[in-house]
Amino acid sequence: MTDQRSFRARLGTYGGPVLVILWTLFPVIWILSLSFKPESGINNQKFLPDTFTLENYRTVFNTPLFTSALRNSVFISLIATLLSVMIATVAAYAIARLEFPGKKLILSLALAIAMFPAVSLVGPLFDIWRSIGLYDTWIGLIIPYMSFTLPLSIWTLSAFFREIPWEMEQAAQIDGATSWQAFRKVIVPLAAPGVFTAAILAFFFAWNDFVFAISLTSTDAARPVPAALAFFTGASQFQRPAAAISAAAVIVTIPVVILVLLFQRRIVAGLTAGAVKG
Amino acid sequence: MTTTAAPAVGVPVTDRTRNEKRLGWKLTAPAVIVMLAVTAYPMMNALYLSLFSYRLTDPAAREFVGLRNYGVVLSDGLWWQTVFTTVIITVITVAVELVIGFAFAMVMHRVIFGRKVVRTSILIPYGIITVVSAFAWKYAFALDSGFINNWFGLGDFAWFGGRWSSIAVICLSEIWKTTPFMSLLLLAGLAQVPEVLQEAAKVDGATWRQRLTRVTLPNMKAAIMVAVLFRTLDAYRLFDNVFIMTAGAQRTETVSFLAYRQMISRTALGLGSAVAVLLFLSVVAIAALFIKGFKVDLSSVRGR
Repeated sequence: MTDQRSFRARLGTYGGPVLVILWTLFPVIWILSLSFKPESGINNQKFLPDTFTLENYRTVFNTPLFTSALRNSVFISLIATLLSVMIATVAAYAIARLEFPGKKLILSLALAIAMFPAVSLVGPLFDIWRSIGLYDTWIGLIIPYMSFTLPLSIWTLSAFFREIPWEMEQAAQIDGATSWQAFRKVIVPLAAPGVFTAAILAFFFAWNDFVFAISLTSTDAARPVPAALAFFTGASQFQRPAAAISAAAVIVTIPVVILVLLFQRRIVAGLTAGAVKG
Repeated sequence: MTTTAAPAVGVPVTDRTRNEKRLGWKLTAPAVIVMLAVTAYPMMNALYLSLFSYRLTDPAAREFVGLRNYGVVLSDGLWWQTVFTTVIITVITVAVELVIGFAFAMVMHRVIFGRKVVRTSILIPYGIITVVSAFAWKYAFALDSGFINNWFGLGDFAWFGGRWSSIAVICLSEIWKTTPFMSLLLLAGLAQVPEVLQEAAKVDGATWRQRLTRVTLPNMKAAIMVAVLFRTLDAYRLFDNVFIMTAGAQRTETVSFLAYRQMISRTALGLGSAVAVLLFLSVVAIAALFIKGFKVDLSSVRGR
């Protein structure tokens, strides 16, 4: 009896976590394994490669479509994130600290816009962008990306800023700090983690976008990674793209893994901030 | 500071509150203007375009047709088929995610060993590009590169050859990618169930199942409803997985995909915009149903 119970307890302690980790990492390990399979062995129908090769990574880095897509993705996502977080920080500061009519409405608006189906915006943007020359440009993607990065940042930041003890700024001023010092030494360190978290989440969304990416670009001038992956054909037309696509997929997953490893706690806090509050 | 109480009725509004009001509007104005400019303006434009017979390849033939595009869409069996596919995928994914997500939340809530590893690994599907997830699952099930058939002795079963097996793989990829979001929201809800109640129920001799259904679940109803609402709205606009895995073949087309195909591939902007407007209206209807019908308390979402 006691043996059985301790076995079940141990299963609960170790079995659960092991299952979760297996579930989350299994497809990642699969795509990693696929990326190491040589082109001739891609159809071995096994989980692991028979022979390892780095050939696919060489192919990917020698494909201009992919390298330019990587550059496009990084800069477009970063710029959209930066602009959103700057505008959202100012707005969230006002929402957290000032009393004014309409602030609840602004938060509801942000929530509604975050739930907006991107496809509904694509047609008009396609039409307008083509007539004013923003089609297939960085700006042509940065603007629609703000339709989700901005509400997301406002949402996350207002939740974070509500928790900041703003009285400390005045306390520092009473202790003889100038208002600039009080802001820089007291408020900035308190607000920075929230701003940073909002930026990571916004970046994930921008990095992930596919609908705008395939609809509003046509060449490697602005085409980001997800769209490039969908149109990737390999080095020659006779090559099966599966191996090369897997290598490219692994490369674009690395930044995500690094961010998650470094900022795990903050991302969890940011995801749940404001979502569930009593 | 914010502690200043709102002016009581009859008391004249002071300069201070007036200034605070003005500053609040000034600071939030850029955000509101940008949000409306990037969504409301294109949406209005879509509404306008949907009233025209308009193909980008033949702009001269643009002609006002009133609501005829809506009539064309709503009387077409293809539209109802895509709605049906979208609803089925939404219901399956959200239901499965709720169960798995809750199990994962329980694991994360109780875990002692490897807490950090578990929480880090669960964020990886969340952060991964949906297109990458779609490729990973597509290759796993594909006839040539896949290992699934080999592992389970399914021979040469063509997963992407039939409607329901294609939908199953699409659902699997969607579930894998979005369960972490669901489980983290549920974990936050789980953390709010008072430990005292659990202890009291335990002392009173409640079984594990009784504690789950009588104490835990009722106390996190708000969190569950919010998580389900968010995920339902997200699942309803499903696009990436379908595009990569089947490109709409085998009757797996979703509403988002139909709108995209009409507008961008066929450049039928008028008809496509009508589909896009209908998609938007369905999303609004789902949100309204949750908030009014199921009484999802969005004030808990809004913070205090």
